[in-house]
Order: sequence, then C-alpha cells, then structure tokens
Amino acid sequence: MTGSPLPTARRAPLRRDPNRLPRWFLAVLALPPAAFLAVLYIWPLATIATRGLSGGALADTLARPDTWRAAWFTTWQAFASTVLTVLVGLAPAWAVARFTFPGRRLLVSVLAAVFVLPTVVVGAAFVALLPDSLDRGIWAILGAHVVFNLAVVVRVVGAAWEQLPIGLERAAATLGASPWRTFLHVTCPLLRPAIVSASAIVFLFTFTSYGVIRVLGTAGTRTLEVEVWRRATQLGDTGGAAVLSILQLLALGALVAVSARIQRRGAHVLALDPHAGRPRPHARQRWLVVAAAGGAFVLVLVPLIALVERSLRVGDGYGLDAWRSLGDNEIRPGLRLGIDPLGALRNSAVTALWATLLALVIGGLAAVAITALRRSGRLLDAGLMLPLGTSAVTIGFGMLITFDTPPVDWRAGWWLVPLGQALVAVPFVVRTALAVLRSIDPDLRAAAATLGAPPLRAWTATTLPYLRRPIATAAGLAAAISLGEFGATSFLSRSGSETLPIAIERLLGRTGRLFQAQAFALSAILAAATIALVIVFDLAGNDRERS
Amino acid sequence: MRRGGLLLAALALVTGACGGDDDPKTVTLVSYESFPTDPENPLLVALDEFTEETGIEVEILIAGDTGTMLSKAELTAGNPEGDVMWGVDNTFLSRALDAEVFVPYTADGVDALPSDLTALVPNGEATPVDFGDVCVNYDIAALAEAGVEPPSSLADLTDPAYAGMFVVEDPATSSPGLAFLLATVVEFGEDGWEQYWRDLRANDVLVVDGWSQAYYEEFTFAGGSRPIVVSYGSSPPFEVLFASEPLDEAPTAVVESTCFRQVEFAGILRGTDVEDEARQLVDFLISERFQREVAMNLFVFPANPDVELAPEFTAYAAIPDDPLTMDPATIEANRADWIDRWTTIVTG
Repeated sequence: MTGSPLPTARRAPLRRDPNRLPRWFLAVLALPPAAFLAVLYIWPLATIATRGLSGGALADTLARPDTWRAAWFTTWQAFASTVLTVLVGLAPAWAVARFTFPGRRLLVSVLAAVFVLPTVVVGAAFVALLPDSLDRGIWAILGAHVVFNLAVVVRVVGAAWEQLPIGLERAAATLGASPWRTFLHVTCPLLRPAIVSASAIVFLFTFTSYGVIRVLGTAGTRTLEVEVWRRATQLGDTGGAAVLSILQLLALGALVAVSARIQRRGAHVLALDPHAGRPRPHARQRWLVVAAAGGAFVLVLVPLIALVERSLRVGDGYGLDAWRSLGDNEIRPGLRLGIDPLGALRNSAVTALWATLLALVIGGLAAVAITALRRSGRLLDAGLMLPLGTSAVTIGFGMLITFDTPPVDWRAGWWLVPLGQALVAVPFVVRTALAVLRSIDPDLRAAAATLGAPPLRAWTATTLPYLRRPIATAAGLAAAISLGEFGATSFLSRSGSETLPIAIERLLGRTGRLFQAQAFALSAILAAATIALVIVFDLAGNDRERS
Repeated sequence: MRRGGLLLAALALVTGACGGDDDPKTVTLVSYESFPTDPENPLLVALDEFTEETGIEVEILIAGDTGTMLSKAELTAGNPEGDVMWGVDNTFLSRALDAEVFVPYTADGVDALPSDLTALVPNGEATPVDFGDVCVNYDIAALAEAGVEPPSSLADLTDPAYAGMFVVEDPATSSPGLAFLLATVVEFGEDGWEQYWRDLRANDVLVVDGWSQAYYEEFTFAGGSRPIVVSYGSSPPFEVLFASEPLDEAPTAVVESTCFRQVEFAGILRGTDVEDEARQLVDFLISERFQREVAMNLFVFPANPDVELAPEFTAYAAIPDDPLTMDPATIEANRADWIDRWTTIVTG
C-alpha cells in the first residue's frame, strides 16, 4: 500500500541506500513467515486466552488443589534438578576446561549428543536402567534431568573456567591456600556468573519438562505441562487446560526475562583471559580428571547402554524377539494395543521430512527478510522467537482447540503434526541462518552494485551462495527436532498415525515385558537417528564453530 | 536442482503411499482396546458377512481405553477419527452427548431391545449394544496360596489381609474404573466413599490407566502380582473358555455384591462422510446375527434379548440379581467432581 506522495517524500531519509531491495520483493519474503506465525501461533494463543479467561474455567481451576500441587511440584523439581545438575556438572566442567586428556573431545560430543536426544528416549533409558521399584517417580525424573542437562553446565561453566586467569589460582597457592580453599575463595566467585547463567538455562528446561515426566512421572509427580495434557486430552476439560497453559505461559515469560537479565549481567562481569593454556594433568590431578571425566561418561552412557540391553533381553537370556516383533502389538491372541511400532517408524520419517521442509522454507525466508528489512525485520525476528519461549505443549494444545471449527477444521489433516513441529523448529532455523547472513560483508553488495548489478541481482549474487551451509545445518537440526518432538505432537497426532515418541510413550505405559522391550528398541532407533542427524549437522556447521 | 527434484519426488512417493483411504464404502469402527482384531474372531467373521451383503468394508480402529477413546472423540467432535464408535457406556454417555460426539439415529431393530436399555437414550442419541457388570474379581489359587479367604464385600478390601493385592483402573480414563468408583459411592454414600478410598490407599491399592492393563498385566492370573482386580462379571467364563488346558471350574471368581451395571452404546460419529453406511453398520450391530457373537467374544450380555446365550457362558458368568446402579442424571451431575475428589485422595 502506498500513501500520497507527500508523506513518503517527507519520510525518505537523506542517505537513501541505492542498493535497497524493491519493496514488493521484501513483502514476498516476509509475508509467508508472518502469516505462518499469525495463523499457527498468535491465533491459537488467542484462543487459549479466550477459552481460559471466559466462563467459570478460571475460578474453577484456580480453586482446585491439584492446580497448585502441579505448580508447586513443577517449581521444586526444577529447582532440585538444577542444583543437582550443577553439582554433578562442575567436576567434568573443570576437567574439560583445564586439561587436555584422551577422550576429552569425545566427552564433549557425547554430552552434546545426549542433550539433543528426544525427551522420551531419555525417559525410556531411565525406565530401562532403574529397577522396577524405582523406575517411576521423583528419583528417576531427577536422574533423567541431570543426564539431559549436564551438557549445559559443562559447556557454559567450562567455557568460563577455561578462560579464568590461572595466575590467580597459582598466586593463592603460593600464598599457602589449600586447593579446596583456592576453589572456594578464588575460582568459585569468578565462576559464579557462569554457574548462575547455566542454572538459569537448566531451570528453564526442567521447569518445562514434559516428555520425561510423561514417561517417568506418577500421579503425584505432574508438572503444569503434564496437567495441561491430562485435563485437555484425558478429562476433556479444555477450559481448565487453557487456564493452566496461561499460568505456565506467565511463569515461563517471567523466567525467560529473569534468565536473560542474569545472562546479560554475567557477560559483563568477567575479565577473561582467552589464552589460558590447557596442560595435560599430572600426578594427583590425573586421578581427579579420570574420576571427573569417567564419572560423566558413565552417567550419560549407562542409561543408553541399558536401553539397548533391555531391548535385547528375553526372559533371563537375550534375543531379538522385541526387534522382530516390532510389526505386532498383541496383548493376547486376537487382542491388540492399537499401536503399530513399524507404522510409527514410517510416520515419523514422513512427518520429519515435511516438518523439515516447512521449517526450512519459512525459517529461510524469514531470516532473509529479517536481514533485508530494518524495523519491521526486528519485529519479525522477535515474533519468530516467541515459539521458543512457549512450551510445545501450549503450541500443540492451542492448535488443537483452534483448528477445530469449519472452515479451518484441520484436525484430520495429516499436515497438522508437521505444521506444529515446524513451528517448534523455525526459531532454530532462523537463528542458524541469521548468524551466517549477518556476517556477510555489506561491502560485497556495494561492490556488486558498483559493478552495475541492479539491487535485486546484487543481493542474489552476494547472499544466496552463503545460504547453503546454514540451510544444511538447519535442516539437520529441524529434522532432529521433528523426530523427537513430543509436546505438540502428543496433542495433534490421531489414532493410527502415531509418531515414534508417541508410540514409545504408550508402549512404556504398559507393563507387558514385550511392550517395554519394543519401546526400548524403538527408543534405540530414535536415539541412533537423532545422533546421526546431529553428527551430520555438526560436520556441516564445523568450520563456522572453529575460531 | 536435480537433487532437489529427486527429494520432492521421494516425498511425494512416501506420502502418497500412506495417504488416507478415500473409498466411500469403508466405515471405520472406532473401539476400545479389548475389541478383538484377529480376523478369525467370530465378531469379525460376522462383520465380513456384513461386508459381503452390503459391499461396505469395515475397518477397526483401536483408540485406547474407553475414557481415552471418548476424550479423543470429544476433541475431534465434528471431524472424527472414524465413522461409528462402539463402547461408550452409561457412566460416560452424558459426556459424549454434551460434546455432541454423535449424530442421533434410531436404528432399525431398536424396538426389539428391552425398554430399560432404550430408556437411557429416548431420542436415539446412541444405540445400546450390550450390557454387563463391573465386579471385583479374584484369582482363586493365588488367594489360597497367600492363605487368605476371598473378600465378600467392598468393605473387606480395606482389611490389611488384602494389602497390596488389589488393582483398580483410573476412573478418569477407564470405564470399569469409573463404574467401580460409582459402586463405592452407591455402597458407602456421599459421606462415606472418600474415607473408603483413603482406607484402600492405605492398603496399597494400585491404580492403572485401563482395564486391559489391570487385567492382562497386573492381575496374577495373567502373570502380574495382584490377585484382586476390578474387571467384569463375565471374566470367569472367559478364563474357562480360553484356558490353555480344559477346566471344570473357573480359576477366577466374582464378588457379586460389588457388581455395578454398565450398558455400552454405539453411535454414529458426527462429521462422518459415510453416514448412510454408518447407519447400516449400527443396524447390523444390534441384529441377531451380530448379537449372538457378542457374549462369547466380548464377554458382555447382548442387548438383543432374542439371542440365546451359550450354556458355557451362562454357567460361569456372574449375573447378580440386584446389581448396584445409579441413575444417569446423578452420574452426570457429579462425575467430574467425584473424579477430582478421587484423584486428590488416591493419587494426590
């Protein structure tokens, strides 16, 4: 839309960029992501808000004791998980930050791989690991959260630790301080911003824990997310679920704001020494390093090994029964569970393909539009980050109760699940692509223009070649996210078209040995697929990360 | 570019291969997970005959336990996962009707059904197909081995002698679970049932999501560790008829004073695009041909009174003279509240 020529002329800045891309082109770029966001995110959220705030749902739900029980449990388990993860993570962070030792890189990669594993898989691994009496409940949940988030502590705290001026510690030692005293009074205060920052991230992740709790939780250990799911899909109380979603959204918003502040503050405090060396450990240190790194290895690998081991266990021996029977789900002759493990495998593959494709198109267009547009670009950027700060459960629930009235009754459409997953993945695609696009030297375009290329051509020639690598990286990421996505999918998938995480959760909910073993087998497949994708993604993004 | 084209082609292939079945002559029957899926099962053989006569294919979609199935139907009301749904019972029916899950239809043959069943759905809101009783069952041998007498009433189950022996279904997700909760409300009254459940909890009652999990996985007779379970009055004949070795007597028994009457309904799901075919299927479900297979294969009593029951069924099934019941209006008015209170007591 163009107004009268006068205001346009008045608004035109003096230093008008001659390379400015045509307006229609920018609109073409920005419209699909903006529409995607409006239809799939803003509208569903508005539906949740109206559903939750209208009628008696609000008062009813707030008066219910289980609402507050869930809120309280959500908070304290997140707190406990965070404290535990930091305590467990400090030792490997120290080892990785301070020393060079065989297996160091491997440890970092393994931790990163576990961090991207689907939540349901980590939950399944703990069911496999723990004895029957312990495999459901708070201890299993805390254990899974620690294993999951160890990478955050090791990365964030390790990165700071690596750059601490080692001279300070040596000075303390020279002055006669014991190693413990040195740690407490010199290292610890310096690390504090990093620890706080890592804690904030872990708290955020565990506060919104859903898949792990669906698998490992009991009736007494329900987070707000699980309660949203239970009220909406088990009890048919969408009003109550909407109220809980709003509650969760508010808490999450506050948490994100607080953690962003903490991280900003943390970034300024340290005067880092980026060139601190990493020696090999010697003498007594060697044992400590072996204990710290070995402990971390054991902690994250044993559950995964248990997963594979249990998928192969048949009675007291071993065999491939569970793997061979993946095509079947009989409870008794002629009676079936209604879950088709092989079908789930196929559904997951197709869903991931479409979700990835969608996320790439939308995220790619958005990233390009954001860099090309100025003020409205920032708005689009912020808007597309919103799904990141919203739990996938809220996204799935919102879509479920929004697209249920003609003419937008999409509940039977097979594309609803990939759409929801794409929405969850788009922020990651945008981040990945933006990082590269923003680093393109603007002089390149100026040079192209000087050589006579019209703006559009100058832009195409200087931008598109750089997009290939981030697109490849983002594709791996989006596919991994889609494969493991459980939050939104648990609302959107229909009977008979379950994806892998949904099938795993349902099979684990059964006590039959064969069902459990099938769930472990599917989890092993899903874990392998995710890790393979991440390795590809790591390779593709590798030279960006080297500095 | 060429690689991109290949990818697209592959995508089209894969998604094309699993696209929906658009044949208008297929009716999808949504049912709970204890519905048989073995093609040799006489119920499915009967459905095959229906297909031969009418040309309408019947596909069966298992959608979890009754409560889960109904919740899905509520969330998909108007755009259903199938065309006909079987298995909503009188304890859940009002929830289905409130959510407008069904299109009303008065089936051919409904006149032949007993009036106490049809009175529950006077305007054809759904069609009664079968009925049965939800009762406490026990494993005779396992109790004998543990050295305890079988329970004889609901109150007995809070006796420490039965600690850790009882498994029930969650009334929020399971229809026998809800029926059993209602039975305790009828038995102990509005003032007493909550205390009863506190006592049961103190006695280490186990709660699972659904019947098939309780019966096929937790019950000792199926290899679990709990010798007392909430199941059906018709479960003992099932154990006789499907015993691996011939039995003279049922290995499990029913505590008759705990039985609660349940009527199961079938209905046409609103939003189906094969409504006419769906109607024919509902007609068939209450026809004599189909009804005579119901008893021996679903272990419930057929709604159609003209069907003769097999002697081996009547010999072992518990048919309580005076089952516990509750009128639908009372259930409807209190169900959500009772389930909430139950959840707080038992799982809080």
